[in-house]
Amino acid sequence: MDVEILSRIQFAFTVMFHYIYPPLSIGLGVILVIMEAMWLRTGKVRYHNMARYWTRVFGLTFAIGVATGIVMEFEFGTNWATYSRFVGDVFGSALAAEGIFAFFLESGFLAILLFGWNKVGPKMHFFATVMVCLGSHFSAVWIVVANSWMQTPAGFSIEYNGQIMPPGFIPSADQILHSRAVIHDFWAMVFNPSAMDRLSHVIVGCWQAGAFLVISISAFYLLRGRHREFAMTSLKIGLVVAAVASLLQLATGAKSADGVTRNQPAKLAAMEGLFKTQSNAPMGIMGWVDMEKEEVTGLQIPGMLSMLVGNSTDTVVTGLDAFPKEDWPPVQAVFQFYHIMISIGMALIGIAWLGMFLWWRGKLFDLTNPLIRAYYVVLVLAVLGPQIANQTGWFTAEMGRQPWIVYGIMRTSQGLSTVVTANHVLASLIMFAAIYALLFAVFIYLLTRKIQKGPDHEEDSEEMPPSWIALMERRGTRAAS
Amino acid sequence: MDLNTVWFILVGVLFTGYAMLDGFDLGVGTLHLFVKKDEDRRVFLNAIGPVWDGNEVWLVTGGGALFAAFPVVYATVFSGFYLAFMALLAALIFRAVAIEFRSKETWRWWRTMWDTGFSLGSIVSGLLIGVAMGNILQGIQLDERGEYVGGFWALLNPYALLLGGTTVALFAMHGSIYLVMKTGGDLQARVRRWVNRTIGIFLAFYIILNVATLVYAPHLLEIVRARPWLLVIFVINVLIVLNIPRENHKGNEFRAFLSSCAAMATLMMLFGFTVFPNMVLSMPNPENSLNIYNSASTPKTHFIMLIIALIGVPIVLAYTASIYYIFRGKVKLTPHSY
Ligand code: HDD
Ligand code: HEM
Ligand code: HEM
Repeated sequence: MDVEILSRIQFAFTVMFHYIYPPLSIGLGVILVIMEAMWLRTGKVRYHNMARYWTRVFGLTFAIGVATGIVMEFEFGTNWATYSRFVGDVFGSALAAEGIFAFFLESGFLAILLFGWNKVGPKMHFFATVMVCLGSHFSAVWIVVANSWMQTPAGFSIEYNGQIMPPGFIPSADQILHSRAVIHDFWAMVFNPSAMDRLSHVIVGCWQAGAFLVISISAFYLLRGRHREFAMTSLKIGLVVAAVASLLQLATGAKSADGVTRNQPAKLAAMEGLFKTQSNAPMGIMGWVDMEKEEVTGLQIPGMLSMLVGNSTDTVVTGLDAFPKEDWPPVQAVFQFYHIMISIGMALIGIAWLGMFLWWRGKLFDLTNPLIRAYYVVLVLAVLGPQIANQTGWFTAEMGRQPWIVYGIMRTSQGLSTVVTANHVLASLIMFAAIYALLFAVFIYLLTRKIQKGPDHEEDSEEMPPSWIALMERRGTRAAS
Repeated sequence: MDLNTVWFILVGVLFTGYAMLDGFDLGVGTLHLFVKKDEDRRVFLNAIGPVWDGNEVWLVTGGGALFAAFPVVYATVFSGFYLAFMALLAALIFRAVAIEFRSKETWRWWRTMWDTGFSLGSIVSGLLIGVAMGNILQGIQLDERGEYVGGFWALLNPYALLLGGTTVALFAMHGSIYLVMKTGGDLQARVRRWVNRTIGIFLAFYIILNVATLVYAPHLLEIVRARPWLLVIFVINVLIVLNIPRENHKGNEFRAFLSSCAAMATLMMLFGFTVFPNMVLSMPNPENSLNIYNSASTPKTHFIMLIIALIGVPIVLAYTASIYYIFRGKVKLTPHSY
């Protein structure tokens, strides 16, 4: 295998692993803010214990997120040096901004969130939780802005041999080593055509990941009949977040698809397996792409894609035939990943709103009913849904961008480090595989242990500083918890 | 002063911040296995527990700033030192997760395993950071496009390894002083004794390093001859280091710690003023060196980043200081500590 394929595998593997944890931290962060706010409002011990329990889970996901994130930052330089030289002027500032605005905020206040229970008052602690939550959202902002710039580059010019070239200039393979992208409009770079659509979609996906983790663990307790009070309240909070986020995700996803149609037509054609430019274009629900015959077999709604793109079945949608074959993304993979994400997205809407419906009808906690118990089993498993959808979503976006590393300008094969050999990358890939396998095993083990141990008991078994107890007594709610 | 120089200084400041802050975390890690009692090890971990992550962000931000301000340096050094940086990543991963994982189980083997991971991760991180700096000082082989062509083993030369050892010793010294501030009673008396020993080891490395410079990096002497004021910084640096045992002896551990930070800062200044305006020296073809002009981003990017830094850095410094303030004082173990 050559350097290119190995570097791509390594980048994909390390970022996929990284991306298991940040969504959990971002989503749990939102839930922690809600729980602590409820604690401050009501003063009930239950919310305090709840915040503490989920903070411990948060600490675990956060630590691995940090450890694996630093790998990502180094990899641009180690594996994609030519790319880094080419885009540094545009891309670098977003990464630097991420450090200054996001990671410092997050890691600083995390100290108070995790270790500050006895050092600061409840309001200050709440403030720290809000800051951690904000910080983790900010890190999504800058990295998604940077990534979106690679999808839909804007606000830059190409410089070749020190000369600014006219717009539309695309450096050829031998020019690329003497060219670079230089920024000319910072805000156009930040608000590049796909940035805001994708950012909202990514963040809502994180909320779903956090909410369904809380739902899954709570449902597990209820099935086992353990920690009932705790689990019922957690489940309700998780359900509300999940129900709202799942619908938002449909909206932001549709917005993204709309953007892809305009900005990356080859990607859209691959996502839908549309080979011929045509009106009355169908939309697949699921299916298989036959690359020989260039057609999709499976369940399709005729004319639906044209409808979505232009509000009429007469709308002509660009197919892959409009592009030379060497510019095609891997169609089968992009098609399948995209449809997995959509199916999961629809399923999550169904699961979350079924829960809301049962809650409304007062049946949600009727655990004697076997149907409700079956629903709880689904809830326990649903934690995998957002994770798989997040990963397949990134696969759709990133593989759909191929063969470009900067869409329409620089090819992935041109971005490699010239001095790194295939053996080096193979060695590091094996190293990461071994380390990450170990980390993942330990993570699953510790998470299972935390779940088995459960939250501390209903009463105030978590030690609480006197000032906090005084606050609750003033509210007069301590006994009534 | 042009923007290139400003960014040379700012990147330097970020990496100096990293050395001063994460330096003591790595130092505590280096010394971790020298205490045997479980409780003592927990005190060590909790001494850095709330702050190590924020400290590591200085490295992340320094890397980001280097990428944005001098992309060619970032690309050349990171891809040229490929295997070394991969080893550094492995070390930093183990350092990070070991802190979180260690106290989750009480089994002996479990704790020993993560203690070892934590300590080795810290030692190797310090070592590799030093080796990278050593190579940059000594000069590496760059081709006319500024790509490193020397291969992996050339990086592990005696001079670079010596600077690596010096860095580990420096961090151990810094960490031991930090531990004196964070511990009490019998443990404090023990770590207090470590301070002088680690200073001794550091100074021994430092002297050998300076002698080795004559042999392995004669071009640095040329620079010193052209910039004799570098010797003034050098003397100040040695005086500051010698001040540490004095303050430590008098029981002023906070002042000893500040001295140690100042020692780090002066060392980084020496490093920066020696290589300036180059960022990566090329040997044997000095004309291929990467300097603050031929490896830089455009003035526009430098300007945008300056605005970002002017907005961001004061805020960061303000809350970093308050967080250190909140967590001041000796470590007290609670059920929620590591
Ligand atoms: C800011 C940049 C950035 C961000 C936020 C992401 N990626 Fe990416 N990704 C890249 C920048 C990038 C890249 C450096 O540009 C790669 C390497 C080679 C390539 O073509 O793009 C890439 C490749 C790449 C590939 C390989 C595609 C292929 O070779 O066909 C996969 C599967 C992913 N990424 C998946 C992800 C996932 C799961 C992410 C979730 C966090 C993610 N990417 C975030
Ligand atoms: C290639 C792309 C990426 C790079 C280079 C990167 C870089 C990093 C780095 C260096 C850290 C550690 C910061 C520290 O030391 O505190 C980190 C952590 C983090 N990253 Fe990433 N990251 C990438 C992708 C993403 C994406 C796509 C998201 C979210 C949508 C994200 C969200 C986070 C969050 C929230 C953290 C904090 C740790 C956690 O919550 O688990 N990252 N990342
Ligand atoms: C409900 C229907 C959904 C639709 C219509 C949809 C649509 C899309 C589209 C069109 C893209 C590609 C955007 C691009 O390449 O620029 C995308 C990417 C993505 N999707 Fe979805 N999606 C849906 C559900 C979900 C769900 C449930 C999740 C996760 C919980 C998710 C997570 C992602 C992620 C992480 C990406 C990659 C980042 C990005 O490009 O925005 N999606 N989605």
